[in-house]
Amino acid sequence: MIFDLAIQNAQMLLVLLLAPLLTGFVRKVKARLLRRRGPPLLQPYRDLLRLLRKEVVLAENASWLFRVSPYLIFATTWVAASLVPTFGTGLLFSWSADLIAIIALLGTARFFLVLAGMDVGTSFGGIGASREAMIATLAEPAMMMIVFTIALLAGSTQLSSLAGFMLSSGVGLRVSAGLALVALVMVGIAENARIPIDNPATHLELTMVHEAMVLEYSGRHLALIELAAALKLLLYMSLIACMFFPWGLAPPDARTGAQLQGFAAYLIKLAAGGFLLGLFETMVAKMRIFRISEFLGAALMLGLLGMLLLFVSRSL
Amino acid sequence: MGHLEFDVAHLFAGGLVLVSFMLLYQDRLYALLNVFALQAVVLALSVAWQAYVHDAPHLYVTAAIALIFKAIVIPVALHRIIARLGIHREVENVVSIGPTMLAGMGLVALSMVVMLRVTTDAYPLAREDLAFALSVVLLGLLMMVTRNNAVSQIVGFMSLENGLILAATGAKGMPIVVEISVAFSVLIAFIVIGTLLFRIRERFDTVDVEALDRFQGERR
Repeated sequence: MIFDLAIQNAQMLLVLLLAPLLTGFVRKVKARLLRRRGPPLLQPYRDLLRLLRKEVVLAENASWLFRVSPYLIFATTWVAASLVPTFGTGLLFSWSADLIAIIALLGTARFFLVLAGMDVGTSFGGIGASREAMIATLAEPAMMMIVFTIALLAGSTQLSSLAGFMLSSGVGLRVSAGLALVALVMVGIAENARIPIDNPATHLELTMVHEAMVLEYSGRHLALIELAAALKLLLYMSLIACMFFPWGLAPPDARTGAQLQGFAAYLIKLAAGGFLLGLFETMVAKMRIFRISEFLGAALMLGLLGMLLLFVSRSL
Repeated sequence: MGHLEFDVAHLFAGGLVLVSFMLLYQDRLYALLNVFALQAVVLALSVAWQAYVHDAPHLYVTAAIALIFKAIVIPVALHRIIARLGIHREVENVVSIGPTMLAGMGLVALSMVVMLRVTTDAYPLAREDLAFALSVVLLGLLMMVTRNNAVSQIVGFMSLENGLILAATGAKGMPIVVEISVAFSVLIAFIVIGTLLFRIRERFDTVDVEALDRFQGERR
């Protein structure tokens, strides 16, 4: 019990500390691939510290919602990120680490972000909010399809038992799991506002989605929102690693050595994921906003197809 | 039959359905041809794997025919036709991609329901092959219905024929004579359609088959 609590706390701290590093790493990879030097790996931490020290500037007509939202967004995202097993499955709250609960937490965060985007009443906030809502309505059904596929395969939506199932030899070669993986990567790209959907590095008015919503934020509010965005990226990578590549994950009652081993494996997985994301982002161009429905529709279709194939192989 | 054999066969047959969806998704002609070639490669792999599993050497011939004609000869020939017609930039869909995909999902679900009900006492691999084959056939038909361009319709027709080969493989192969005659009739159909394409083009200055709907014959 005490040990589980220690592991849970360690994981909460770990995701918080690693998230900006992952963002910095992806930026570095992208810069190096473009033969630029790129900012140092620790730059996101410095940005956050700088923002935390700065004073908050509020619009005159900003309501209480605008001030509360950053804390809510950050809290829900942090909770969701610390529920996903990263280096070991023996978490104190693993009974509540349900995939649907995690989706609901992220949905709550997004809801408040959209509200905050519309709160001040600038046109950019409105554009960003409506686009974000559009992406969400397309991404969430696809995500649910993926969850259903995986849950039918493993017989559980709980992440630790899911990882256990994927580690066991009973999995075999599953087409459905492969389709779900591709669909999850597509949904993750859309949810994290990465390049074919949205460019996180631009403030060009016609294309921005996420940045348009947070345009009015400053100081510690902005720091919290940026940290929440970094946490979300880390969350999706941990989710993919935990569900599809759970090798090296420490079992519930493992000793310190196994936990450290799981930690090393987790770092390697994150580095590989970050590198692949950077590579992918340099290779593709951003889509037109109205093509997003096709991109996410393809993800939804992959999820559905995976489920249909699962029914075929089950009924034989 | 072991677990792994079945899983790999499932993988290839499922991959074939997935590639059919990719065909539906593509709206550019060259990309369409590349995906079509990919479908033929997946089909050849699937047939070859089942030849190995069933220990049926004549299926290797089927796989080789699929690989040579469908993956190399026909795509290359279509490439040249498109280049000569000068239509490589055309993008066309009668129905947009979203509804087409949904219709495709419906067709796949339909074929699974039908085939799995009908073939309850058949061999598992054959049942699965028949279910996937019917979905590939229906998706090929859907492709022919939703496209205007005659070249895409040809690709739809050829992918339909890929589904037939998969079905035949599930039944441990057709007799070799039937196999070869089907392959050659497809090739001849391809030549006829290719000639027809140039005739349509000569007549109407387009390969959009909608022009044929309005055509009332020679008025004298």
